[in-house]
Amino acid sequence: MSKHRTEDTRLLDKQLLQQALVMSVKKLDPRVMFRNPIMFVVEVTAVFATVLFLAGLGREGSAVAGQICLWLWFTVLFANFAESLAEGRGKARADSLRQTKSSTQAKKLSRLGARGYELVPSETLRKGDLVLVEAGDTIPADGEVVDGIASVNEAAITGESAPVIRESGGDRSGVTGGTVVVSDAIRVRVTANPGDSFLDRMIGLVEGASRQKTPNEIALTILLVGLTIIFLVVVAALPLYAAYSGAVLPTVFLVALLITLIPTTIGGLLSAIGIAGMDRLVKANVVAKSGRAVEAAGDVDTLLLDKTGTITYGNRMAHAFVPVGGASEQELAEAALLSSLSDDTPEGKSIVTLARKRYKLSINEGAIAEFVPFSAQTRMSGVDLENGVEIRKGAVDSMLRYAGGREAAVSGGESLMVAPVELKPVVERISKSGGTPLVVARDGHLLGVVHLKDIVKPHIRERFEQLRAMGIRTVMVTGDNPQTAAAIAAEAGVDDFLAEATPERKLELIREEQAKGRLVAMCGDGSNDAPALAQADVGVCMNDGTAAAKEAGNLIDLDSDPTKLIEVVMIGKQLLISRGALTTFSIANDVAKYFAIIPALFMAAYPQLAALNVMNLTSPESAILAAVIFNALIIIALVPLALRGVKYRAASAGALLRNNLLVYGLGGLILPFVGIKLIDLVITGLGLV
Amino acid sequence: MSTSDFLQIALFIGVLLALTPFVGGYMARVYSGERTFLTPLMSPLERGIYRLCGVDPQAQQRWTGYAVAMLAFNACGFLLLFLILRLQGYLPFNPEGIPGMSADLAFNTAVSFTTNTNWQAYSGESGLSYLSQMMGLTTQNFVSAATGMAVLVALIRGLVRRDGTVGSFPVDLVRTLLYILLPLSLLAAIVLVAEGVPQNLSAYVPATTVEGAQQTIAQGPAASQIAIKQLGTNGGGFFGVNSAHPLENPTPISNFLEMVFILLIPMALVYTFGKMVKDRRQGLAIFAAMGVLYLAGLFTVYFAEQNVHPELAAAGIETSAGNMEGKETRFGVVNSVLWAQSTTAASNGSVNSMHDSFTPLGGMIPMFNMMLGEVVFGGVGAGLYGMLIFVVLTVFIAGLMVGRTPEYLGKKIEAKEVTLALIAIFTLPLGIVAFSAVGSVLPVAAASIQEVGPHGLSEILYAYSSATGNNGSAFAGFGADTPYHNTMLGIAMLVGRFFMILPVLAIAGSLAAKQPVAASAGTFPTHGPLFVTLLVAVVLIVGGLTFFPALALGPIAEHLAMIQGMQF
Repeated sequence: MSKHRTEDTRLLDKQLLQQALVMSVKKLDPRVMFRNPIMFVVEVTAVFATVLFLAGLGREGSAVAGQICLWLWFTVLFANFAESLAEGRGKARADSLRQTKSSTQAKKLSRLGARGYELVPSETLRKGDLVLVEAGDTIPADGEVVDGIASVNEAAITGESAPVIRESGGDRSGVTGGTVVVSDAIRVRVTANPGDSFLDRMIGLVEGASRQKTPNEIALTILLVGLTIIFLVVVAALPLYAAYSGAVLPTVFLVALLITLIPTTIGGLLSAIGIAGMDRLVKANVVAKSGRAVEAAGDVDTLLLDKTGTITYGNRMAHAFVPVGGASEQELAEAALLSSLSDDTPEGKSIVTLARKRYKLSINEGAIAEFVPFSAQTRMSGVDLENGVEIRKGAVDSMLRYAGGREAAVSGGESLMVAPVELKPVVERISKSGGTPLVVARDGHLLGVVHLKDIVKPHIRERFEQLRAMGIRTVMVTGDNPQTAAAIAAEAGVDDFLAEATPERKLELIREEQAKGRLVAMCGDGSNDAPALAQADVGVCMNDGTAAAKEAGNLIDLDSDPTKLIEVVMIGKQLLISRGALTTFSIANDVAKYFAIIPALFMAAYPQLAALNVMNLTSPESAILAAVIFNALIIIALVPLALRGVKYRAASAGALLRNNLLVYGLGGLILPFVGIKLIDLVITGLGLV
Repeated sequence: MSTSDFLQIALFIGVLLALTPFVGGYMARVYSGERTFLTPLMSPLERGIYRLCGVDPQAQQRWTGYAVAMLAFNACGFLLLFLILRLQGYLPFNPEGIPGMSADLAFNTAVSFTTNTNWQAYSGESGLSYLSQMMGLTTQNFVSAATGMAVLVALIRGLVRRDGTVGSFPVDLVRTLLYILLPLSLLAAIVLVAEGVPQNLSAYVPATTVEGAQQTIAQGPAASQIAIKQLGTNGGGFFGVNSAHPLENPTPISNFLEMVFILLIPMALVYTFGKMVKDRRQGLAIFAAMGVLYLAGLFTVYFAEQNVHPELAAAGIETSAGNMEGKETRFGVVNSVLWAQSTTAASNGSVNSMHDSFTPLGGMIPMFNMMLGEVVFGGVGAGLYGMLIFVVLTVFIAGLMVGRTPEYLGKKIEAKEVTLALIAIFTLPLGIVAFSAVGSVLPVAAASIQEVGPHGLSEILYAYSSATGNNGSAFAGFGADTPYHNTMLGIAMLVGRFFMILPVLAIAGSLAAKQPVAASAGTFPTHGPLFVTLLVAVVLIVGGLTFFPALALGPIAEHLAMIQGMQF
């Protein structure tokens, strides 16, 4: 998991609010408003109503008309405010990222082997340029290490302060502009033009003006525009019906009806929801190359997850001590502990931990004469004690050879079969269960086996169960043999696994899944992952990955945390759900608004229509004003929901639908009846109408 | 509700439910090109037609090709019918010497029959020759019904296929006619003749009534036309008063059967849909949504018609039978409301009572059925493809709430489909609200309105709802045969038919080109009670929001006035 998260910008930060207030007025510019067709209609209508109001100033009813105009303007401003606030929060986050982008001097090389360099401002670097970055320098642009090895501090983007190694050739060759080389020097080939780096893309996603609408957002906007046009026809027809029925309708009432009917709630909050969704992604330290990728994440059916790092901790850990040949468990644990005291590998450390924890062993370290480090020749490690005792541990075959060799040396003859009979079944059982057996010997005498095990991360099983409930299949990808893979897959609770995975087989698997109509997400980092990342519908590339992998993926995880994939899927889903819920809410609201406005409009012509005034609103004027005020206030009331996103818990589509329909559908039907009635009481009480 | 009324309704619905799987399953086989029991009889004929017309029955069309073929075929049909109606005075089979129609009436009538509306601004007995009835109208009764069914099948194929093709319009048309409509109509006509409906080419018969008055009894080739007008949801009566006429609907059995014929194919097609998409639950969900809307409407009308206008009751008029104004005593309230609900739910438009004389609420429901776009079973083919448009909207609005790009039957619903669905839905406010609003104030148009006050608005609203919904029934008081209304209603019918069909075919084409997405627990469920509720709610809310103001000023104002003892 990421060690550091950008501090969540407080929802009601004073400075942000002030900026948003200013922006909401600035956004009244029709050229800006035009980007949001629904609110553009509201603005045009507000202008129209204001002109009417000014023309009829002083006449009867102009006080109500004036208030309606005012609330129409508030409706526009509230929507602008929501968008500005979302943008402001996004920008605040982007700005903190941008600080890392401040211009630096780059040491540009004319060719790889060049001795001298030329100092140029980092903005002038183009794709393909070569730069030298030495200790203390800031890496001037995104790029790939082509020569050298260096430790790099990437705290600026990941928040992780421990430096990481970046070197040419391997899978750790990608570097990000703005990070700092701590030691050594590397030569970097620039892979992004100015304005096209990952940071730039991320900033683009949270800044409203240049934001690209995502496919579902476009489709939803079309739906809202369509509904608006339908309501325009309906409202335009009303004066004609009224003329037939002998009623006179004040134009400002018609304007009020139009504005309350068209889906202003979702129309006003739509872009805020989109920006906030991207913002949540940035908060999770993930950069999306496009908004489309985030939506696609919500659609994913199959997750390909690397075993190591995602499902299990990266390293095997000691799980149990199994003695053989009459040795006691205590004896074995003690020997294993001694042999591992100097072993700095995670496996070694885990043996120490387990032995100390389970057997409460305290070792007299003074007894140790010499540590024998692991060597490629003997393929074992261990310790020699003061009293001449020799303890070794290693893989089964090398230990057998070692013990056999010692036996032979001692007896001066042939190597005898020294392995106790229980050893073979124990080793087999451990292997079968997906573990690694590590044999421990004392003076050539086999004491037993340390069961090293891939430890499945805690709670990962629940996570997969949630994913399964959401209809997402999880496939574990591992280089292990099928037997080992099956055991871990069963323990972790994944739906399927791909053992002995190679990049080709990974690619093949993705294609198979896609042929079945599934959308596949995966994460990867190495160059050989690039084809699979490109083939997958959602490819999350680790930030420390190669340039090729970064190019192929459509999301980049700055924390290089493979578990993030699950989080990305959740963010994608929440984005879509927020839009759907508020759309449903907005449309359901209209029913109550009709019951407020229609009787009010026509009561003069047909007094019997008073029966439709189910809310028993005070007067036609108060009814219409209350509806308009409710319509404006609901936008403000829902801003926190739009920014935070609708509460989302993992569940099947059926359960989600039932819950959200109950809250936003039924709630959307009922709430405005209550709200309009209350507002009616208040404005009547205040004598506003 | 009396036991006998309940039993009649239960029997009616029971018979339809029993027939649905048989007819629906049969149609699925026909449209899948499978062998049926009629194949030995019809396939030589079918092949002959293809050879004669130069149609390759194997060739598959994209939606554009399908749409062009459909439009061209309908344009030719319209032109031919228009010419027959204009020139009928010079043509044979005209024993009464009926002259040619005026241009605007011929336009209106030709549009009406090509669009499966069968709005009749003329009266059959005095306005049409036998040739016009048989060659002109009956032909269109068949092919307009077949057009609707073909378009539906194209849409279903769009949901199922992934190669971009939607079928072949000529093949769908020919197979619908040969395997479905002709055999069913023949069967229906024979039964109707047995019940006493005339089928001849004789001149009208003069008769002396019991009171000694002289009367002309019109007759002609009625049974054949009535069979298809019911089965094909056409609704254009052979005689002016449609199935209230004793020769068009002579007995209780004929009445029962004619009602069954109205809903038979629209209901069965929903079953066909479920079978063709290989998921019967999907068909069942849509069937249930339609059924809920149908029953809700039926019982509202039924209970509304149990009440008589309070002033009539006060005047001492016998009210135990309910509101009998405009109803045949031989049918009573239950058979009148069953028919009214069925004929407006399905876009049939034939009547056996006068909807104009229903109570305000009783008359509003048939009108609302039409305003919803005729999707409660609806016209043959048209009802289901209309409902599928609502399904697209429902899936899109609510589908986002499960956190995935909305999809229906594995096909993603995206910007293109949403746009097209909205264009289709937009025909309703355009044809109904805009046209009736203009008509209610334009002097040349408003002159046709018979009544004053809200009922007058209901009349014109009903007329344009009927035209746009391609229904064809009318509030009797409305004087429709004027050049203005003939033209505007004609346009409303064209809008309601083809501005619906073209987006539907475009959606079919767009979906046909998409790869299906696999279903999982994360897939928005489009079956089950929750989806049915949702679909019903979307249909009602979209319809309600669009038409509530107009209805409030028409039937609702009238109803509230009635219960408050006011009169206009």
